[in-house]
This record gives sequence, structure tokens and C-alpha cells, in this order.
Amino acid sequence: MVGLVSAVVAVENLVKRFRDLTAVDGVSFTVGRGEFFGLLGPNGAGKSTTIRALYGFSPPTSGTVRVFGMDIRTRWRAVKARIGVCHQENTLDPDLSVQENLWIFAGYFGIPLAEAKVRASELLEFFALNHKKDAKVADLSGGMARRLILARALINRPELLILDEPTTGLDPQSRHLLWERLESLKAEGLTVLLTTHYMEEAARLCDRLVIIDHGKILVEGAPGDLVARYAGAEVLEVGGPDAALRRYVTENRLEYDDLGDRLILYVPEGSSILEIVRTRFCVRQCTWRRSTLEDVFLRLTGRELRE
Amino acid sequence: MDLGAVSWRFVKVWRRNLWTYRRIWKVSFLTPLLEPLFFVAAFGLGLSGFVGEIAYGGRKFDYPTFIAPGLVATAVMNNAFFETTYASFVRMYYQKTFDGMLATPLSLEEIMIGEIVWSASKSVVAAALMSAVLAVLGFVDPWSVATVLPIAFVGGLAFGALGLWLTGITPHIEMFNLPVFLLITPMFLFSGTFFPVSSLPGWAAAAAQVFPLYHLVELCRRVQIHAWESSTAGSGAYLGVFSAVFVVLAVGAMKRRLIR
Ligand SMILES: Nc1ncnc2c1ncn2[C@@H]1O[C@H](COP(=O)(O)OP(=O)(O)O)[C@@H](O)[C@H]1O
Ligand SMILES: [Mg+2]
Repeated sequence: MVGLVSAVVAVENLVKRFRDLTAVDGVSFTVGRGEFFGLLGPNGAGKSTTIRALYGFSPPTSGTVRVFGMDIRTRWRAVKARIGVCHQENTLDPDLSVQENLWIFAGYFGIPLAEAKVRASELLEFFALNHKKDAKVADLSGGMARRLILARALINRPELLILDEPTTGLDPQSRHLLWERLESLKAEGLTVLLTTHYMEEAARLCDRLVIIDHGKILVEGAPGDLVARYAGAEVLEVGGPDAALRRYVTENRLEYDDLGDRLILYVPEGSSILEIVRTRFCVRQCTWRRSTLEDVFLRLTGRELRE
Repeated sequence: MDLGAVSWRFVKVWRRNLWTYRRIWKVSFLTPLLEPLFFVAAFGLGLSGFVGEIAYGGRKFDYPTFIAPGLVATAVMNNAFFETTYASFVRMYYQKTFDGMLATPLSLEEIMIGEIVWSASKSVVAAALMSAVLAVLGFVDPWSVATVLPIAFVGGLAFGALGLWLTGITPHIEMFNLPVFLLITPMFLFSGTFFPVSSLPGWAAAAAQVFPLYHLVELCRRVQIHAWESSTAGSGAYLGVFSAVFVVLAVGAMKRRLIR
């Protein structure tokens, strides 16, 4: 746990209502310096709304938001000077070229043009965009646009980087490149707050995360701990489970999800149950694998479709 | 509107617009240079034979001379109004430019003031170019190429703020047709641009004084052909108050729209 005083981000009892819809319903969390913190949840969970409250874009209905120990409602200008934000939507300026996007954005922070040009060329180099520096934003691929948005968010050398679904819609190559860059930024000590619904991304990048749904935090912890606690060590998916298996799992009080045509068993590390079930109940199809954060996510937020 | 949120930083927003404008300035300069030629040719030369001399402010003017300051005032209105309606709407709604800016130390107030001051700057450039052409043609006082600039700036603020307020409350970009048809067109026709307001029936002449364009035309005529029918201080005060009120309204409307 991070102390409230030293926390880079401290959100307490954040509530955000849009007319009769409560998008964020009493969320509290802290992010420590140098930490990579994830905000996970299905679509409409309230991730973006929470994040928007952090930079004053969405004033809370109640609760407090402190960044660098400062209240965002009164000290918004000082806070925003020290953070970098990647919106979920593309907010690049299509009237400007790639490098002009960085120069002009730097101006909003009061960075002089000469300094902005130095930083821009460093960032374009870092994000492998140098060959596109004079291109129009509209001509960039999805992955390049995302990298440019990230480069732009770093132009003020922020102490806290806020990323709202940075890799949604990207191809695997672009996603891995972005992850590598984020990891090297983290190694330099940058504090990062990220929302995502890619569990692989969260498991790889986050030191700590919360899973939220319907505006409420369901769990908080390190990815590995959450997996161990909610999905055991291994997962056995049994196709076409019979009554005998169902009886067996309830009698032995095993952790499982019954999907009707499939039964998903969550097995702790080193348990003998795995062998027993595999030999006795795997009539039709059986798959066995390591538990992942995705199992935790689906167990906690349910399997029904959102939106 | 939060006055603590207003600082010189609005210049950064203005600078962004200037930067993108540099790409298209050659095309943008063409309109104010050619428009007065077209109007003077059509209305002045074509129509003046039927119209004869116009009595205004106790003096008589030939028709092209009378309408010349009206053309400048109309260009001031159009440059600012169309910038903060269609162009600002595109930046706000389609390009999410303001969303990006709001994640920086800029305040919403500064972004909106930057947009309005930018639109007024376009008005100033248009007024300068047009007045230069009209001065060369001998229709306006050459000194007015300079003296009309502060007037164009205040007029630009008034129409820029009005436009931005409409942008803040307009759901779809197509719906700007409505204020253009109900506001801009009548203003263009009945603000003393093409004929003296005093030739209208009393009630209509009184109603025309509510139009900011009327006061802008008055001020332009005062410096460009040295004739006027209303109090110059009154017209200046009207435009100043009108601008201030609509800057506050525009910021309020944008705040409701963008900060949720
Ligand atoms: N400006 C808004 N007005 C009304 N409802 C909103 C607004 N923004 C978000 N919502 C609603 O709040 C809920 C949470 O949205 P959001 O925070 O965007 O979710 P997420 O980012 O987790 O997908 C959704 O039901 C969404 O429709
Ligand atoms: Mg979202």
C-alpha cells in the first residue's frame, strides 16, 4: 500500500453521476511513485470517466482526487503541467504534420519552440516515427498514430503518464512495440496509470491493478496475486461435463464455473485434483492450461456481453 | 466564467490557428482582395445609375462610396463568424482539438478566448486588405486602412464570440444554416450596409440598431468616408458590451458542452 501523502495519485470515494446514471460509484485507489498501475474493466465500467476526473476534465459529483498531493479542483494548472495524457480517442491535430503536432502541443505547456524541436526529434526517434516527421497525421497507420499520441503526451517530460486504452485496435506488432516503449519508460522511473481490457497487457505491464465494473472496484492487487487468489494456478476446461463431474466438484468444494456445455475448474498449485479429474472425467474434450488474469477478469465481471 | 483561469496563455491557441492558417493564407487573402472589386463593379457601377446619390449623415455620396465601408464591415462579420462557427465546430467536434488542449495547462476559458481573438485577427486582416483595395480605387480615405483596424478587431470579437456561443449550443454542424439565415442574412441586408437605415420605417430603423453589424457599419463609415448618423461612442460601447457578454456566454456554453 502507498501512503496517501507520498502517493502520485490518490482517489478517495470518487463518485460521478450523469443524470440518472452512476458511472463511477465510490472508487478509491492510490498510485505510488514509479508504479505502473492498471485500471481494468469491461466497456462502460467507468474507466475513462475515472481517468478524466484525474485531469479535471470531468468534475467529480463527490469525492476527492489528488495528484502529486494537490487537489485537482483548485490546483489543476499545476497538476496538468506535470502529467501526460493519452486520450482513448485520437485527439491529434489533423491540420498539422507529425512533428508540428509535437511543436504546437509543447507550446500549450509554455515550452519555447527551439526546445520543443529538440524534444520532438528525440521523441520521434524513440517511437520510430522519424521517417514520418513531415507526414500528415491522416496518413499515419493506427499504430503510428498511437505512438505519436504517446510521444505528444511525453513532450512536457511528465512525472505521471495517463493512458486510456493505448493499444485498443492495434495489430500485434504495434502493440508489442508500444509495450516495449512503455517498459523502458517505466524503467526510467515514470509513474503510469493505464486503462485496458487486454488482460495480457495488464499482466505484462502492471505492478498493481484494480478491476472495476459498474463503477465499483471489485478487487485490487498485483496481477500474480490476483490470479493465484481467484483462478488458482491451473485451469481445466471440461467439455460436455456429466452429472458425475458436477457431483464431484461440489462434494470436493472445488472452485469452478459451470457454463452448461463446459465446466471450468480452477485448481490451486500442486493439487492432486487435476490428475483425478483428468483421468476420471475427461470423457470428451479437455483442455488444461495455466491460469491467467483473463480467468480472474471473467470470473469477476461475468461472461455476458457488454453493450 | 472563472477569471482566475484567464491568462496570456490564450495566445498559444491563437498561435496554433495561425500556424495552420499559414498553409492556406494565399487562398484566404484572395477573397478580401477580390470581393470589393466584384461588389463595387456590380452594385456601384451597375446599380448606381438607378440609385443616384445617397443622402447620409447630412452629406451626399455616390453609391459605391456609400457601400464601401459597409462591405468592409460585412467582411469583418463574415470572417469572424464563419471562423468560430464552422471552423471551430470542426475543431471541437470532429478533430477533438479542444479535448487535447484541455489535458495541458490551458484552461477552457483560454482556449475559447484564443479562438475568438483568432477570429477577430482574421477580421482585421480582411478589413486591412479590403480597405487597401477600396482606397486604391478611391472610395475610402487611405488613412482608414490603419484606423479601421481597431474597429475591425472589436467587431471581430463581437461576431467571433457570437459564433462561438452558437457553436457551444449547436448539436450538428448543418444546423448553422439556421442562425446564418435568421441572423446573418437579415443583418447583412438591414444594417445600413446597402441603404441608410434612416430610409426605413421608424420601427424598423429602431430595430436595426439592435444589430451589432449596424454599429460596426457606422464606425467603419465614420473613419472611411467621415460620415455618421449615430453616436460613435455609443456604437463603440455597444460592440464592446456585446463582445463581453457573448464571450461569457460562449465560455459558459462550451463548459457545459465539453466538461462533463
Ligand atoms: N458524458 C457522458 N454523459 C453521459 N453518460 C456518460 C458520459 N460519459 C460516460 N458515460 C457513461 O458512463 C459509463 C462509463 O463510461 P466510461 O467511463 O467511458 O467507461 P469505460 O471507459 O470503462 O468503457 C457508461 O455507461 C457511459 O455510457
Ligand atoms: Mg473508455
